[in-house]
Amino acid sequence: MSYTDAFFYFFAALTVGSALVVTFSRSVIYAAFALLFTFLGVAGLYVLLQADFLAVAQIMVYVGGILILLLFGVMLTTRVTNAEITTGTVQGLPATVVVGILLGTLILLVSRATWNVQESLPDVTGTTTEIGERLLTTFLLPFEIAGILLLVAIMGAAMIARSTDKTKEAA
Amino acid sequence: MDVLDIAIALIKIVVMFVVVLLTVAELVYTERKISAWIQNRVGPNRVGWLGLLQPYADVVKLLLKEDIVPAAANRFIHTLAPVISIGVAFSTLAVIPIAGPTITLFGRTVHMVIADVNVGILYVLALTSMGVYGLTLSGWASNNKYSLLGGLRSAAQMISYELSMGLSLIGVIMITGSLQLTDIVHHQHGWMWNLVLQPVGFITFLVASFAETNRAPFDLPEAEPELVGGYHTEYSSFKFALFFLAEYANMITSSAVITTLYLGGWQVPYLETFGLSDGWMVLVQILAFMLKVAFLLFFFQWVRWSVPRFRYDQLMNLGWKVMLPLAIANIVLTGALLLFL
Repeated sequence: MSYTDAFFYFFAALTVGSALVVTFSRSVIYAAFALLFTFLGVAGLYVLLQADFLAVAQIMVYVGGILILLLFGVMLTTRVTNAEITTGTVQGLPATVVVGILLGTLILLVSRATWNVQESLPDVTGTTTEIGERLLTTFLLPFEIAGILLLVAIMGAAMIARSTDKTKEAA
Repeated sequence: MDVLDIAIALIKIVVMFVVVLLTVAELVYTERKISAWIQNRVGPNRVGWLGLLQPYADVVKLLLKEDIVPAAANRFIHTLAPVISIGVAFSTLAVIPIAGPTITLFGRTVHMVIADVNVGILYVLALTSMGVYGLTLSGWASNNKYSLLGGLRSAAQMISYELSMGLSLIGVIMITGSLQLTDIVHHQHGWMWNLVLQPVGFITFLVASFAETNRAPFDLPEAEPELVGGYHTEYSSFKFALFFLAEYANMITSSAVITTLYLGGWQVPYLETFGLSDGWMVLVQILAFMLKVAFLLFFFQWVRWSVPRFRYDQLMNLGWKVMLPLAIANIVLTGALLLFL
């Protein structure tokens, strides 16, 4: 087993293990915390696939942005003194059926699909330039549309936050 | 990648680690001395010559204290939080180049950087954004109102200033055309430091760095008059020492990052005209790098003891209404200059 393999299994175990904690943990804080390690594991897998830009973007966006807001939300909604929002289990039977069907379908698809497997990775040194050029030439329109979508979302969020400010003291 | 390569990498890591730890110890000393001079006091002068051994006495004192975890605290996260803080503070240094030429050691060419990552700048930003976790989680896990408020403030503050930090960097990236830190340093040849080319970006980045390291005047997460000790109120002994260490290690890290990005890194103007051998070049450049970092560290402490703390609304106003527009204006200006010049 080479170093790369060892690292792959380490990151894969980290990703799957912490994802299991996310799913089964009763405490929302623990789930959010475990999600941190899931994101880190995925970033590690990206590094092994020589997708350096994607790996760092993954950490910046998910770990540095989304997850911290998630934790922020949980902490503010939890009462400080007696902590922990817990997640409960409802609708056990229907959920099991739906998840069972989904799992079966996925296993069927994974086993039947013809995977485009490469023996070794092409020797890439840095993907950033390539990604940047593609985004501003070939994929310019989707890129701009995504940008506008995000801008609209930001403005919408700001509007919603603003209207509640009038009734309540700003935090 | 064989054993020797791994050994060389490990040696670099250990050297970096030891140097930073020793620097932190002396930083605590200089902080106390500088504050003393500014406030017209004497400062530590009893332990060792001129009090130079004071920080070591402090460390021993801290480690001998009882480690108290509040009964209602979340033990696991309470213990993990300082580890995250310290880990993040140290890992950023891995991508900072400290000298240009390579030296030959055991028949290998050794680069004067631990890991020359392609996406160096983004790596720095990503790790900076992870630094929030140590503070926020420690605040939450302590199960104390003051700690929680400190943690939340740190999260809000760091998210706000991270934005202007990232945006002020874009000017540097546009000039250099690379995210690799070694490229950025090579590009600042002679006197063409990014400080000269990007004065506005330098100022916004510097201010954002102060906010990111939670140093005064942005030390709201631990504002003593309002929050007791902020996020580390419930920490004692070794864990408190770790937070303390992380704060100073963060200062060193941001000084190193600022030096690399704006003060030319290891570049010494006209050094190559002296015709030195590579070994001497490396030595001089490491020295120059450390001098620049030392000056920034002094600047950090100078500001801390000269400028009063911001109020929370002033902090947010500055971050969103001054820093952010300035950083964006800097990008537009840089783009226009690059296009028309």
